[in-house]
Amino acid sequence: MPSDTAADAPVTTEELTGFLRDMLLIRRFEEKAGQLYGMGLIGGFCHLYIGQEAVVTGLSAAARPLDRSITSYRSHGHLLACGVPPAAIMAELTGRASGLSGGKGGSMHMAAPERGFFGGHAIVGAQVPIGAGLAFADRYAGEDRVSFVYYGDGAAQQGQIAETYALAQMWNLPMVFVIENNRTASPGSPKQVELTALAAAHGIASEVVDGMDVLAVRQAGRRAAQRCRAGRGPALLEMRTHRYRGHSLADPAGQHSRDDTRRIRAERDPVEHVRRRLRDRGTGEDTLKRIDDAVREEIAEAARLARDAPEPRDDSLFDHLAMVQE
Amino acid sequence: MSVAAKTGAGLVQITVPDLPGGAAEAVLERWHVGPGDQVTPEDVVAEVTVGRIRIEIEAGHSGLVEHLLAQAKGAVIAPGAPIAVIAARGEPDARREMSPLRAAAAPCPDLAEPPRPFRSPAAGAAPPPEPDETARVSMRDALRGALVAEMRADDSVLVLGENAAEQGGAYKVLQGLADMFGPRRVVDTPRLLQGVAGLAIGAAFAGLRPVVELRSFSLALQMIEQIVHSAAKTHYVTAGALHCPVVFRGPTGLAARSGAQHSQDVAALFARIPGLSVVQPSDAGDAGGLLRAAIRAPGPVIFLEHELLYGSDAPAPAQDAPLPRIGAARLLREGKDVTIAAIGLGVRHALDAAHALEADGISAEVIDLRSLRPLDSASVIQSVRKTGRCVTVEEGNPVGSIGDHLAGILMREAFDWLDAPVISCTNADVPMPYAANLEQLAQVGVTDVIAAARAVAYR
Repeated sequence: MPSDTAADAPVTTEELTGFLRDMLLIRRFEEKAGQLYGMGLIGGFCHLYIGQEAVVTGLSAAARPLDRSITSYRSHGHLLACGVPPAAIMAELTGRASGLSGGKGGSMHMAAPERGFFGGHAIVGAQVPIGAGLAFADRYAGEDRVSFVYYGDGAAQQGQIAETYALAQMWNLPMVFVIENNRTASPGSPKQVELTALAAAHGIASEVVDGMDVLAVRQAGRRAAQRCRAGRGPALLEMRTHRYRGHSLADPAGQHSRDDTRRIRAERDPVEHVRRRLRDRGTGEDTLKRIDDAVREEIAEAARLARDAPEPRDDSLFDHLAMVQE
Repeated sequence: MSVAAKTGAGLVQITVPDLPGGAAEAVLERWHVGPGDQVTPEDVVAEVTVGRIRIEIEAGHSGLVEHLLAQAKGAVIAPGAPIAVIAARGEPDARREMSPLRAAAAPCPDLAEPPRPFRSPAAGAAPPPEPDETARVSMRDALRGALVAEMRADDSVLVLGENAAEQGGAYKVLQGLADMFGPRRVVDTPRLLQGVAGLAIGAAFAGLRPVVELRSFSLALQMIEQIVHSAAKTHYVTAGALHCPVVFRGPTGLAARSGAQHSQDVAALFARIPGLSVVQPSDAGDAGGLLRAAIRAPGPVIFLEHELLYGSDAPAPAQDAPLPRIGAARLLREGKDVTIAAIGLGVRHALDAAHALEADGISAEVIDLRSLRPLDSASVIQSVRKTGRCVTVEEGNPVGSIGDHLAGILMREAFDWLDAPVISCTNADVPMPYAANLEQLAQVGVTDVIAAARAVAYR
């Protein structure tokens, strides 16, 4: 895809500081969730986003306020990136009434449509055709919106994703397919094919992006979104990223080797990458520490609230089920 | 297949042959010939469809095509109805005499009359009412009318389906909609069922009210993951943050000689899923209102239409009739000895059985359940308190049937009023076989219902 001046606009120190704060919020949130999981306060599935923070942070910066997004079960980072308070997410993880889904969804089932985020979907790949539906609705209503639809390298070879490529291309849907390729598709997955080639077979333009570099992500996101807004149809971004933790806390399968992760963490960590840039611009250690401290405090408070909040009332069991008109 | 009926003056009519499964009507798809074309007996002159079955009609006679009686693609035609007239070879005078312009002077008055068996659903018109007869509506027209009304009332309502615009969809329910609303709101989809299901659900999350038409509900089994997880459950697990007002509608149930994978009833399968509503009209008079209610419902609705009922008709409801409430059963016939609670085509069996039982002195009350989720068990309980006996009728397989579910409810909540065990009449516990005799054996019918009613009445 051709680059342009808007997409390649230089980053300001203020923006870099914002990226650092946003990525640290995800990092510290996930670390805390891991702790609470270990303490038995979070049950079942809990898929952490540590290592992939630059992807959702960069694309959120590329998106406009009314744009939409949707993702899989690995959704905490996306919820934080669209501005949901950490306490509401953490309380959902602990299954409390003050959780974003009233304690009925858990880690994989949260949505904030008023912020443009449409979930949190627990079945691998299911969110991709749904994401096309968001874009379809916008095209139908003539809304100038782009839908960012996230999925992993495991889902990327599914039949329903191929079907969605075909539908998106046929109807020229304003959507950006975002493959978060952490190269850890569950064991037994077919040997990885070139994922962009699967989309190219349907005529969808794509780009491979360094998903550990928030600026590269933002620039690619702007190019893809511009393409959609210009009515030139869907685009695909393959984000090469690296997840530090296992598939889920209950299922560490698909983890990279410890050496691998240590090396990548040292050389390519997305948070460190931004810190380094800020240091290069003369931001002092005090300022950097203040940002981290404020985030740690916010997350500690969220965890405290999530521990102390009451469980949902028994009589909420049948809420949100009466789907026919009385 | 061909039927050529001899008429006077060297003219022959080409008529619609008997249709598979004894179907009462077929839909004209296309003509292969036009007036003036020379045909031989084995030439295919037209194609019609009965459900998914495509039938070629042969000329059956040599000669020149005089004129076509059913012009419009989508015209509904009955077996035995003439569709074209051909002049037998070597009788050109007769051909001239029978030209449409001079039809009034033609020597065959029966041919000159307007082709009564035809009506064009594209025109949206039911046949003109006979004197002293209330207006009637076919199931197909009632469903189309409901879609038109809701699409006119609300721009967020749209229809997606295979050949929705091109060919008027399954059983021509969508005939003419594309002309009225255009391709934005009547959307042809490819047969990418998981993709289309997810897309419709996403569009509903984003505020549209999509109506997805399936060529057959058997295809919904390729969509079932999205329907069960994304449509049914998301509202609950997001504590109401996401709404999914989508309707999946299309033919289900026995489709004559279509085999195990296209002839099946999926009602009970979907009725097990909390978060869905599951609706099945049993007659044309109720179908339109139920579909309108389904489109307006705040959550996902599985709307099941019986394959064999599209051509059936019933008195048209009044324009201002209130919409039925999804979740309310309908009392169709009062009785005092046995309650027959039925679904879809089973309601026909129940009414026929009630009629037959009357001759034996057994008075049957017939309830059309019409909504399987929510299930109006209260109405059935109320009826059983009067009759003390209950028989259920549905086309699904017996395991996990609606009937057995209802029987369990009655055992728990109406035990003291029951004078006999509840009998659930269902299809046999086999995939639907193809052979005509086996198919007959596998499907629930009126004799099963009569036998069950006698058994619970100890008669």
